[in-house]
Amino acid sequence: MSRRARLWLFGVAGPGLAAVLVIGFRGLPAFGHYHGVYGLVVNGVELSMRHATDYVTALNFDLRAFDTLGEEYILFASVLGVTLLLRVMREEDEEFSAAGRGLDGSSDAVRLLALVLVPLLVALGVYIVLHGALTPGGGFQGGLVLAAAPAALILAGRYLELKILAPSWAMESAEGIGAAGYALLGLGGLIFASVYFRNFLPAGNPGQLLSAGFMPLNSIAVGLEVMGAFLIVWTAFLDQALLIRRRSLEAR
Amino acid sequence: MTVLQIVALVAVAAGGGAVALATDPLRQTLLLGVFGLALVFLFFAFQAPDVALSEIVVGTIGLPLIILAALRKISEQERTRQRDEDRP
Repeated sequence: MSRRARLWLFGVAGPGLAAVLVIGFRGLPAFGHYHGVYGLVVNGVELSMRHATDYVTALNFDLRAFDTLGEEYILFASVLGVTLLLRVMREEDEEFSAAGRGLDGSSDAVRLLALVLVPLLVALGVYIVLHGALTPGGGFQGGLVLAAAPAALILAGRYLELKILAPSWAMESAEGIGAAGYALLGLGGLIFASVYFRNFLPAGNPGQLLSAGFMPLNSIAVGLEVMGAFLIVWTAFLDQALLIRRRSLEAR
Repeated sequence: MTVLQIVALVAVAAGGGAVALATDPLRQTLLLGVFGLALVFLFFAFQAPDVALSEIVVGTIGLPLIILAALRKISEQERTRQRDEDRP
């Protein structure tokens, strides 16, 4: 399509889209005025029945725990796809000597910062995972922070050390155990409460670490899976960028 | 609407526009990280700290890191192809 035709198309479609958006936005309730019933029910039920104080986590890991199972396995399947696509091919080699190439320009200050960041991020990640039902956060957020901890070593130009700190076997087992554990927690609901993913643990005292029924366990399972998933994907991409080389023509 | 929310909305609009208008992929990736950070402030200003927490890592490390690695691989492959073609 020529540039002129594309401009014509945009000239018609752009104002049309704008008109539809304006009409749609005029029908929305006023800013900050919530008219749904669902949110009110969640707020009431999750504190009184489950003793959870973060309703977002309560929604993800209790009321709609089954939806989260689907999301878990979307992530699982996509990680599987990435690792399958980015495996070492027949005419390729892994060059470990080349691992630092292009990354070794970081200054001493950045390297020190990365060293300080790793333990801090681990602590923050564990905190966010365990306090999922109490404060903002939960398995997904905490798992991401945990995955970012070894990734801080990339800042320091130490890619091979990342693979030592977060070896692939450990990350693969974390992902597998997390995904399987979450499904098994749902099965626990089926066995002890006769409904898949119904809470089967005592609610405890609101605000305490061991409260909100099985939500902390769900949070840990999801945290493990998300941490493993992101580190597997990152290392798969970085392996391709830093280690894996096509063999030269005569070596093939 | 508070001042913080308006500032966050303007930052997101500017960041999104900058990402779309950038022509160099490398610069675009770095702008994407900044755009992700603007989104974090937006989510936080609109009282969604849970979403903001996920977006911090996904938007500023998760996605840019993958794109940067892919860009490096592409330029590497182009260099290899060039070398193979130059050989007599």
